Formats: sequence, structure tokens, C-alpha cells
Amino acid sequence: MSFTLVILAMVDILEGIIKALQLIVSGDPTLYGILYRSLLFSGSAAVLATLWGTPIAMLLSLKDFRGKTIIKGFFNTLIGIPTVVLGLVLFLIFSKSGPLGFLGLLYTPAAIILGEAVLVTPILISIMTSAIEAVDPEIVNLAKTLGASESQTAIAVLKEALNGVLLSNIASFNRAIAELGVALLVGGNIAGSTDILTTAISRYTARGDLDLAVALGILLMIIIFGINMIVIATRKLRWLSILGKSPQ
Amino acid sequence: MQLWEKLIIVAILATIVVVAGTIVYLNYFAKRRLFISTTTSLYDTGLLDMIEKDYESTHNVDLQIVAAGTGIAIQHAKNGDADVILVHSLSMEKTFLEEGYGVNRKIIAYNFFTIIGPENDPAGILGKNATEALKSIVAYGDRLPDQSGATKIWISRGDNSGTHSKEQSLWKEAGYNYTLISQKPWYASTGSGMGDTLNVADQKSAYTLSDMGTYLKFYKDRIISLKALISEDTSLLNVYSAIAVKPDVPANKSIHEQINFKDAMDFIQYLVSPETQQLITNYGKDVYGQRLFFGAVETLKNNEQPEANWIKAYAFINGYECPPQYRSNYDELYTGDTGNG
Repeated sequence: MSFTLVILAMVDILEGIIKALQLIVSGDPTLYGILYRSLLFSGSAAVLATLWGTPIAMLLSLKDFRGKTIIKGFFNTLIGIPTVVLGLVLFLIFSKSGPLGFLGLLYTPAAIILGEAVLVTPILISIMTSAIEAVDPEIVNLAKTLGASESQTAIAVLKEALNGVLLSNIASFNRAIAELGVALLVGGNIAGSTDILTTAISRYTARGDLDLAVALGILLMIIIFGINMIVIATRKLRWLSILGKSPQ
Repeated sequence: MQLWEKLIIVAILATIVVVAGTIVYLNYFAKRRLFISTTTSLYDTGLLDMIEKDYESTHNVDLQIVAAGTGIAIQHAKNGDADVILVHSLSMEKTFLEEGYGVNRKIIAYNFFTIIGPENDPAGILGKNATEALKSIVAYGDRLPDQSGATKIWISRGDNSGTHSKEQSLWKEAGYNYTLISQKPWYASTGSGMGDTLNVADQKSAYTLSDMGTYLKFYKDRIISLKALISEDTSLLNVYSAIAVKPDVPANKSIHEQINFKDAMDFIQYLVSPETQQLITNYGKDVYGQRLFFGAVETLKNNEQPEANWIKAYAFINGYECPPQYRSNYDELYTGDTGNG
């Protein structure tokens, strides 16, 4: 009896997955709209975080100043901030009754992009800092001996640490696309404008539209697997770092 | 200038571009936006999807619907983050109006809550009224051999929503202290929307209070197997209203300058128009075999009995649909609302 029930339940699940795959193959506009927004917002957030984080990571790894360890520890701690806590804080800031309410950004894509950028900046800084620190100090000396300016030396070091820099970008994007709390609270999960993969999965599950939820889940997993494959491939591609070493 | 200094300038510029770009786009290029904070039941049933499509096809306005639950919707409105709210909790609506945040309340629809539970109905509530049913559930819960808290027989929304508020008043009507009931080992609170709560109740074969619309959608789509054991009891009446957020709230004028009052009122007028009322009443009838919502405007206007009296007894404030001190222009919305409810 219970065996039959298990089989029936499995058939139900399979049916759901098949329907989800049909949605994916048929190019359902709702589904692909959500996918597009997810990629766009997380991609923009990763770019913004790179712009914010690179100078900070360079300072932390190349300069010596007091309190450096504390700042590094601070960013390391922030890596684990629960997304929903950050989402709540940003909601209070972006709300019209909050300090940045006059900008009118709550429930807009910009709020999600900024929020996710804030979320992933610590992870980017931490990985990039370690990567730059791991570069042989001789490179700096060599560059200076060859008459490179301070900026040229910094660029040489960044090239040397290219693998780590790329890894930090990819890890940022990964965290941004998989997070729920920030996008839900500051984006509002508004259909067709601020709903992304994770928030839409949550909504369609609550609404009982499980086929769509499963389809979105499959797309999200494909993206995340894809990203991890890229990370593995990047680590193996030694030529990237060789390219960085080529004489100017 | 060092490289990192240049990079910081680039980063600041990029941030400004994102923020300023969004503001310019929204103010000069995008359609006007109307923020609607709504109870989950109107959204999860798909009713608002249909209304949004219909409204946007004839109006040059972009509806931004945030589904939250009555308590959060009211909080959004107080923060200035919503222009109009769709809610279903008389006590919360009353406080909202009295505190001076809302104006021009209109009752738009009604249906019934239902107490649902497992088909074998272990507490034996079938055929009872809501009060008796809750008493049976308490008796059954207290008789359970397992009082460790592992067995749950009642699942509550617990999210300060309209349904949660209704649940609390039902416990009170049945003669219980809600705080004590919510501490019973067999009582569980999900703190989430109706859909999530239905899923939990179904997994645990427990009883719960649901709005009819969401329940029917989940039941007909075979997502849950719980049965509607009690419905159409007048004490389970569920009345939905729309309230516009007051553009010049005395409490904090500066934050409410951006409230889109004009479009909010236009949307409320659209909701109470005979055509939209017909859409609401017919919604889901062909798919679910019965109506999910009933338009309330014609019922009140024509004083159809007994429904009009139920609505008046349950959802009127001091005899009014919207007492005169909480109205702002738009008198044509309240021609029959003379305080004789």
C-alpha cells in the first residue's frame, strides 16, 4: 500500500519536472523575463562590487597602515552576513521614511543592484586581497627596477593575481544570483519588474504554481553549475597567468 | 594620482550613474507607477494578475503590486511605500484610518473564510458552526497523548495578516484567550502567507483557517488534500477593502510628498465600477466550479439580503462604509453611505 503511494508520489514529481522542462523549452516569456532580470541584476551587482572592491583590496594588500588586520577581519566577517538581515537594513534605508527615501529607489531594479553589490563586496575584497598578497613580492621589486611607475606596478601585480581576481568576481556573481533576502525586501518581488529567479521561486511556490517554480529552480541550478564549471576551468587554464607574465 | 585613487573615482561615478540613471528613467521615461500593497489572498489566487492586465490595457499606469499580508501592507502605507492598500481586517483598517494615514475606504469584495482539515476529521468539527468547531479542536488537542509539541493539529498564519486577525477574533468569540491558545503544544504558527500555511497544514494533516479563494485554488490544483469542513457561516465572512494612502499625512508630511493619490483614486474608482465588479465575481468560476470572490458594490447599493446586512454588520465603521471624516473629495463614491448601516 505505502509502496504504491511512494510510486504515485514519484510519478507526481516526475510529471512536475517534465512540465517544468516543457516550460523551459517552449521559451515561456514570464520564465525568460525572470531569468533575464536575474542575470542582469546580479551581473550589474558583481560589476559594481568589483569597482568598489578593487581599490580597497589593492590598499589592503599592497599598502601598510595601522588597523589593516582589523579591516581585513571586518570584511571577512561580513562575508557571512545573512541576506535577510542586510535586506531589512537596506529596506529601512531605502524606504520613503528612511534616510535615502527621497531617492525613491525602493522596489526598483537599482535597489536590488545596489543591495546585492553591498552584499557581495566583502567576499570580493577578501578573495582579491588574498590573491594579491599571494603574488611573489619579487614581482614588485622587478617592476620597479625596470622603471615602472606605481600604477604600472599595481597593474603588473593585478595581472599576476588574475586567477584570484577572476575567482573573486565569479564568487560575487554566484552569491548575488543565489541570494533571496535582499532582492525580496528591497525589490518587493513585483511581477515583471523586480522579480528574479530566487524571489519568483518563493512566490510561485506560495501560489501553488509548482511547475513554474521547478522550472525556475532548474534554470538557477544550471547557472550555478555553469559558473562552478567556469571556476574549475579557470583554475586549470594556466595560460591565463602565463599571459599575465608576458613582457610588455 | 595613484591607481587606487583613480579606481575609487571610477567606482563613485559608476554608483552615481546607477542611482541617477534610475531616477531619471523613472521620472522622465517610464510610465507613472502606482504602488499597491495587498493581502496575499487577492494575489495568490491570481485575481490581481487579471485586474492588473485589464487596468494597464486601458490606463497609462504601471501597477506595482507587492503581496504581503494586511499587517505589512498597512506598515508599507505608513512608511509611504504604498499608494493604495487592499486589505481585509476591519480592526486594522479602522486604526489605520483613525491614525490619519488612509482615506476613501471602499469595500470591494467579499467571500468566506473556511476552516479546513483532514478528511477523516479527527476532532469531529464537520457540521458545526465556527465557535463549536474551535471548541472541538481544543478538546481534541488537549486529549492528544503526545503533548510534547511534536504533533500539531492547528496551523496559524501568525503573520499579523487579515486572516491571522480573523483567527484571533474567532478564538475570542469561542471564549478563549488567544495568547494562551497560541502557547498550546499542538498550536503552530508559520509566520508566512496563505499558500505556505496551507502547504504546512496539509503536510501535518492539521486544521487551519483559510480564505476560500486560496483554498479552492490549492485544492482544485491538487496541491493539498485538506477538506473545507466549515464555510458559509456568517461569522466566517471575509470582506476586502481598498484604502488610498493620504497624500498629506499630518504625522509626517515630508515623507508622503511622493504619494500617487490621483492614480490611487482612479484605481479605486476602477475597482468599484460595475465592469470590474463583474470581473471579480466571475473570476475563476469556470476553472474552480465556484466563485472565489463576490463583488460587494452592487450588493450594498441594491441592499441585497442577507449579504448586505452581513457586510454592514461585519465591516462597517460606526455605520459607515467610510465615515465622512475619512473621506477626501470623490463624494460620488459614497452616495448611499449615509451612516444607516
